[in-house]
Amino acid sequence: MKKGTMIIDGYKIAYEGEKNILEVVRKAGIELPTFCYHSELSIYGACRMCIVEDQWGGTIASCSTPPKDGMVIYTNTPKIQKHRCMILELLLSNHHRDCTVCEKNGKCKLQDLAVRFGIKGIRFSAMPDNQELDDSSASIVRNPNKCIMCGDCIRMCEEVQGVGVLGLAYRGSKIKVTSAFNRQLAQVQCVNCGQCTAVCPTGALHVKNETKKVWDVLSNKNKRVVAQIAPALRIALGEEFGLEPGEIVTGKIVAAMRKLGFDEIYDTGIAADLTVMEETKEFTEKFKEGGTFPLFTSCCPAWVRYAEHKYPELLCNISSCRSPQQMFGAVIKEHYRNTREIDGRDTVMVSIMPCTAKKFEASRPELEVHGERDVDIVITTQELAFMIKEAGIVFNELEAESMDMPFGLASGAGLIFGVTGGVAEAVLRRCYKQKTAKTLKEIIFTGVRGMEGIKEAEIDLEGRSMRVAVVHGLNNAQKIVKLIKSGEKQYDFVEVMACPGGCIGGAGQPIPASAGTKKLRAKGIYEVDRTSQIKRSEENPMIMALYNGILQNKRHLLHVSRECHACKKE
Amino acid sequence: MKIKTVRQLEEMGQLYAGALKKQSQKVLICAGTGCVAGGSIEIYQKIKQIVDKSGLLASVELAEEKEGIGVKRSGCHGFCEMGPLVRIEPQGYLYINVKPQDCEEVVQTTLIEGKPVERLMYSWEGKVYPTQEEILFYKKQTRLVLENCGHMDAESIQEYIAKSGYKALAGALQTMEPDEICKIVSDSNLRGRGGGGFPTGRKWSQVLAQKSKIKYVVCNGDEGDPGAFMDRSIMEGDPHRMIEGMIIAGYATGASEGYVYVRAEYPLAVERLNTAVEQAREYGLLGRDILGSGFDFDVFINQGAGAFVCGEGSALTASIEGKRGMPRVRPPRTTEAGLWGRPTVLNNVETFANVSLIIQNGSEWYKSMGPEKSPGTKAFAITGNVNNTGLIEVPMGTTLREVIFEIGGGIRDGNGFKAVQIGGPSGACLTEEHLDLPLDFDSLKKVGAMIGSGGLVVMDEETCMVEVARFFMNFTQNESCGKCVPCREGTRRMQEILERIVEGKGMVKDLDLLYDIADTVSSASLCGLGKTAGNPVVSTLKYFKDEYLAHVVDKRCPAGSCQALKIITIDQDLCKGCSKCARACPVDAVKGKVRQPYRINQDQCIKCGACIEACPFSAIKEV
Repeated sequence: MKKGTMIIDGYKIAYEGEKNILEVVRKAGIELPTFCYHSELSIYGACRMCIVEDQWGGTIASCSTPPKDGMVIYTNTPKIQKHRCMILELLLSNHHRDCTVCEKNGKCKLQDLAVRFGIKGIRFSAMPDNQELDDSSASIVRNPNKCIMCGDCIRMCEEVQGVGVLGLAYRGSKIKVTSAFNRQLAQVQCVNCGQCTAVCPTGALHVKNETKKVWDVLSNKNKRVVAQIAPALRIALGEEFGLEPGEIVTGKIVAAMRKLGFDEIYDTGIAADLTVMEETKEFTEKFKEGGTFPLFTSCCPAWVRYAEHKYPELLCNISSCRSPQQMFGAVIKEHYRNTREIDGRDTVMVSIMPCTAKKFEASRPELEVHGERDVDIVITTQELAFMIKEAGIVFNELEAESMDMPFGLASGAGLIFGVTGGVAEAVLRRCYKQKTAKTLKEIIFTGVRGMEGIKEAEIDLEGRSMRVAVVHGLNNAQKIVKLIKSGEKQYDFVEVMACPGGCIGGAGQPIPASAGTKKLRAKGIYEVDRTSQIKRSEENPMIMALYNGILQNKRHLLHVSRECHACKKE
Repeated sequence: MKIKTVRQLEEMGQLYAGALKKQSQKVLICAGTGCVAGGSIEIYQKIKQIVDKSGLLASVELAEEKEGIGVKRSGCHGFCEMGPLVRIEPQGYLYINVKPQDCEEVVQTTLIEGKPVERLMYSWEGKVYPTQEEILFYKKQTRLVLENCGHMDAESIQEYIAKSGYKALAGALQTMEPDEICKIVSDSNLRGRGGGGFPTGRKWSQVLAQKSKIKYVVCNGDEGDPGAFMDRSIMEGDPHRMIEGMIIAGYATGASEGYVYVRAEYPLAVERLNTAVEQAREYGLLGRDILGSGFDFDVFINQGAGAFVCGEGSALTASIEGKRGMPRVRPPRTTEAGLWGRPTVLNNVETFANVSLIIQNGSEWYKSMGPEKSPGTKAFAITGNVNNTGLIEVPMGTTLREVIFEIGGGIRDGNGFKAVQIGGPSGACLTEEHLDLPLDFDSLKKVGAMIGSGGLVVMDEETCMVEVARFFMNFTQNESCGKCVPCREGTRRMQEILERIVEGKGMVKDLDLLYDIADTVSSASLCGLGKTAGNPVVSTLKYFKDEYLAHVVDKRCPAGSCQALKIITIDQDLCKGCSKCARACPVDAVKGKVRQPYRINQDQCIKCGACIEACPFSAIKEV
């Protein structure tokens, strides 16, 4: 690890292992402006906002210059100020500046920096903003007129997600971010994970806002609006209202949603419990009777989509379970089936998710039951925050309320689904024969928790070793699939979450979410588990009630058939 | 036929040289791109046919020691202005502007009767110059790198070997260790000819010091400056010299693969390079165990897809890898992680072409030419309003005056000299006051210019300097990769402002804005293209501010070249009212009554000049 001391604006600052000056400067308490620097992405060096001046008056980009012992730099000289303002002015001159009506209004880095650097006028003529909007995707909207070419979306899609549907085309000022052959996002192999929107500094990429649909059904007397809240919301929504990441705000969310007019508010965690039951059953049967391994989890719709595109031959290895969102929708729709005659209301299932791919998942025709969608509208954490703000609800002053019954009770196992390793841990809790506090601890130490991209665990299951892998970030999924295919690694059970950190890092969550934020959110999720009285899915009394009630003879509602290429041929 | 040892190479050199000597006369028809465009291939075929018919044609294959006349397609002779060119050896006659109908006479008179064809010879101020060496254009040059260009068959490895080709490689492999070669190159103070002027030896030593097992040598043949064609001429005229340099670089740095990145717009160069590589492989000079030394090296040709920015090192390697040709941030440097992330020696064509000379003659010899810190010769492509355009090579430190007025023969049409643009879109415009400036890396840097790859565009008084700046900015904007903000957006805004100025819509405050943008673009851009993009603007603003002011204040172009600023008027005394001008005008800007003087409505006039041509009384003038 490289160590030394730099002199930043006259102050000695020690560095230890920082890869670039930018990190050292930030350590010194100075927030250098950037558009294209993200510690989890490769260094691109395109926005040039992070420039600093060296002792000889030269200009250097701090993001791509390694620190050197004794190096002297200045971060805020008149020269640097002038260049930064010019860069901002140039960017703004070529930006569709309808900020007041922009989806990212108030969350736009370009706007922030324009304010910070006091840009009061633009000396250049406005560029025509006539590039077509791409709203073909179920989850993501792309507005090229707002793109500043920082390349963050491209690198996120390629480097972290291994998807790579975005790239650059053309030269000079004609350059643009586009998909192959200029196709729309819905026409390419986009998995709808939305991570591009989470890193986009402007309104060029944002999550499709469907709050209007929710307002419409909330005000419709003929609709029974049933909501489900995903586990990852409760530890992140507070950030939108200035609370710390990881702070548990479940009760406030419920209170806010009641005020918004939702009729029934439930916990997706209960469906996660169902998933644990079904998936474990599927796994143990396979484990006992033999079959193709590993069994991949199916909770993450972006991962399922990715596998469909990239590894169609593996589809048979993916669990047949619907995702918790869909299971929940299926159960609710079944619960309220044929009730229209009784109270004259239709049931609208609204799910509040940390995820953008859930929007796409809900729209998949093969998941319809009796020609009806499981879930009618999906909004993200951010969209719920928009609604709360719009309604003028003072979130932080709300008194906590509890969810409705009978679907408002989830076990800790169901709730840790929101973080990478959670599904695996929940399944392991179900698999362990001994249901003691000690085994719970044992499971934690198998290695399923933590933020490493690829985690491995091995446990003894009735005298046989069960090999588990946990990956998050689709590029890691790609890595592990390669290892499995080459025979280098063998696993029995693989949990895949597309977003870094799992659902807590979903693109529907408040942005930006740094690695530190994600850690705090994970901590919050585990705290939810720690303080829950029911730790295991099978111990959730509602689960047994469901199996003996609605789901009696109807377990097929919780599954979907997946066929790989080979099966289809047969 | 594989040459397996150094001794064998020497023997073959002697054999081929002997065979060449037996060719009583040699006809070298320039087959560089310029002369080919002028029809030189037809001339070559015709001369060959006529000679063949007379039974005098020598064999191309030098191994067959047949006497006769060698008819060859050579590389660029350099004197492109006068092409197609035909050189006759041993007399040294240079025939200019040769046409197919001259071939019969050339063969009969010169080749058969041994007499010159005077009418095809170059003459200047009444004096006829029979031989190439006497012509002032050549006399002042020192052709080392271009030594063989125009003096041998560009597609014959045998002729290259006959002219001591691959001898430097043999010497290096036989007697030198890699670090010794790096030292010789370092000691010679050879600096990269591609524009940056980085010491080549230092670069090689850095790559040699890398521990990686796989290393690469990459030759940058993506010469893209408008008006520059030095590298093209070397690749077309003497490809083996460059390949030899690459092999030596490979040996010196521990690389076993080389890539030539050449523009697809240079089809002839691509063809000759492919031929040369195949020949070298056939002769065992590329491939496994070269000359029995145990050293393996091979060269592959990669064609660029026409992006100027791919001349930038990291964009070039990205392009070879099949990625978008876009510069990346450094570190790591190309010497540490270049092509496919491996340590890479990246030099341009001319740099590699210098290597064999240094290895053969030593670093002291090399340093004896030109300034100590910037020695050797440099090839330049001289174009623009100069009498002798073409490809030249002079020792570093030669002054601009010598190049423009002696070699270039001064300004065309007796006009006055105004400026010279050096270094392409990254370079600057220099004026009269810089004429005695020595051409070398450091002297040019001092005045805000750069040698670039060596393009020299000479401009006379009729050139508008604002238009020159606009031209280059348009070029840079189109060729910017679009990655970093200052270059992408800044060059576009500068281009926009310059367009405004040449259209007469500029304002005084635009000049300050130009300075400001140029400052940010050159300080904050990511790569060399952006960092130097402001040079044409800043240098013209500095040396020709009056001209800018005339455009923005008086709405006048002093050079009279900006179309939009021209004013066309009808002399009321000369106009007879014939109405021809009014009928010729495409926009009905000419108003008046028949038999009375007409007038031009300046708001409507598009300055096309149709009225001027239509007027039978020369009453309409442009001011």
